[in-house]
Amino acid sequence: MVHAPILAIAVPLLGAFAAPLLAKLDKRARDAWVLAAGLAVAVFGIAVAVKVLGTGTPWVYTLGAPSPGAAVTQGGFPIRIVLVVDALGAFMGIVAILAGAVGLLYGLHYLREEEGKTLGLSLLLLLWAGILGLVYTGDLFNFFVFLEITSIAACALIGYRVWESRPPEAAFKTMTMYTLGGLLVLVAVGLLYGEHGALNIAYLSKLITGSAVERLALGLLLGGLLMKAGAVPAHMWAPDAYGEAPAMATVVLVANTQASIYAIMRVVFTLFGGALARPGIGWLIASLGTVTVIVAVLMALIQRHLGRLIAYGAVSQIGYMLLAVGVAAVARGGFGEVALRGGIFHMINDAASVGLLFLVAGAIRRAVGSVDLMGLGGLGRSLRWESGFFLLGALALAGIPPLNGFASKFLIYESAFRASPILSAIAVLASILLLAVVVRAFHGTFLGPEPKEAPPSPKGMLVAMGVLALLILVLGLFPGFFLGRLVGPAAKALLAGRAAYLAAVLGG
Amino acid sequence: MGNLPFVASMMLVAIGFLALITRRNLIKLAIGITVIEMGVNLFLVSLGYVRGGIAPVYTYAPPGFKQMVLPTPQALTLTAIVIGLATTALLLAFIVVIYRHRGTLDAGKIRELRG
Repeated sequence: MVHAPILAIAVPLLGAFAAPLLAKLDKRARDAWVLAAGLAVAVFGIAVAVKVLGTGTPWVYTLGAPSPGAAVTQGGFPIRIVLVVDALGAFMGIVAILAGAVGLLYGLHYLREEEGKTLGLSLLLLLWAGILGLVYTGDLFNFFVFLEITSIAACALIGYRVWESRPPEAAFKTMTMYTLGGLLVLVAVGLLYGEHGALNIAYLSKLITGSAVERLALGLLLGGLLMKAGAVPAHMWAPDAYGEAPAMATVVLVANTQASIYAIMRVVFTLFGGALARPGIGWLIASLGTVTVIVAVLMALIQRHLGRLIAYGAVSQIGYMLLAVGVAAVARGGFGEVALRGGIFHMINDAASVGLLFLVAGAIRRAVGSVDLMGLGGLGRSLRWESGFFLLGALALAGIPPLNGFASKFLIYESAFRASPILSAIAVLASILLLAVVVRAFHGTFLGPEPKEAPPSPKGMLVAMGVLALLILVLGLFPGFFLGRLVGPAAKALLAGRAAYLAAVLGG
Repeated sequence: MGNLPFVASMMLVAIGFLALITRRNLIKLAIGITVIEMGVNLFLVSLGYVRGGIAPVYTYAPPGFKQMVLPTPQALTLTAIVIGLATTALLLAFIVVIYRHRGTLDAGKIRELRG
């Protein structure tokens, strides 16, 4: 297990590229291979998390060194590429593994052979590898490379249904936004390299003094990552992408968007956490987050297409996370840490609830052939499991008390109120509107005067949805356990743990 | 004269953005993105240029010679070019599919996804 961090990235890459070869031999061998790869990634990712949370110090894995534990620096200058997994990275790894595993399990049954199942599974594994690399890397350029791997895999998945007219259009739009965002990040990486001659995040973080070039780099990084996260005003691609992508991919796309939020946290709190820790950045992110929440919920109110409706719900949840990051950047410590805990906890809750809703929408599309709310209705009787799952996911998304969404949103409201009551009030209001949106969607899909017949979903798809439903219940009933064991250390790692992060990489 | 490459790269980025804002043909949008990419790549290469520097191979260096070029920016640029190739290929593939469905490349007419 010494090599677990790199194996968690390498195994899905190998899995992705070997899957089409195996499919030439035998379709069942390919399915077994994909499952085995998924299982291996889960084992490695969980091993990383267990070790990092157990020892309480970041795990530094040096690439290209005689041994992975070798020192990164030589004469105080980092010469090798590193993977650095702290408590937050480990937590994000778990979220990514969860989303990827559920997506794979669902995809194995969701896709039909004539729809190019092999390539769909390959792309899913590739996206998975990209997300894991993004959350594990400790090197700024590596970070850009993984960002582009996720962009390319994600867009290929969004435009997957090329035989329809809408998916390629959504994919083109998304690709344009992702590429522009990626280029902004690349320019920022170049600026920081030009200023300090290094790409190691910990080393750069130590050298940053707050010069004009560094401010420009911070602005470019935030701009690029916000485009990728789908914050208003750069959110236009998100509903198209989520609405048109095949359902098994949307779960992983949600994790991909959260990886961008993770990157924003890393940039604001670790990379620029020293000299440029200004509250102004926090206010900017918090206001953008609030605007995102309210705009997305209002847009969700008027949607007819079930996928797009859930997609706007997903965008609004990104707004809540940004609000939490912003509040935490306004006050680093105190209620800022509460906000960060809320924001980080909201990631896994969002992956579970939004992911579940997308999977149910996919099951409906597979069964009935359409997700237009005007034509749906009365499916509650024939799709009994699906309707139950949808209700659970919808209530969790709206933040109804016994479910998981409430626990994290409450932390965000509470801390946002201490920063600015107006932001908190808008966030609460949006949550109530969101409840109206999801109830309407549930009513329009499953209830109605005439019961409608629909073929049942394959068992594997129901199992994948069941995993997420179970997760929603467990997270909602025992939030204290997860907050204490997983989320608390992750929030600490960002604020007080910055010194430990730098020390783990640079020594001393 | 030392800043000329940076000015050129910023001009390329500006030209690319101009194309993205003013053009409606999908192929031209893809060209705009590629031009921006080239501007960024030129910026990266210019960052790594050292006047009178030599390749960082110790056996080639004359004794006492200090002006070696760190190869990192070149490596970055090569990687960025490869990624750009993949992005462009994917964009063009989507354009081909969109054209097959709609018979037009005008971004203004291909607006099924709105609101």
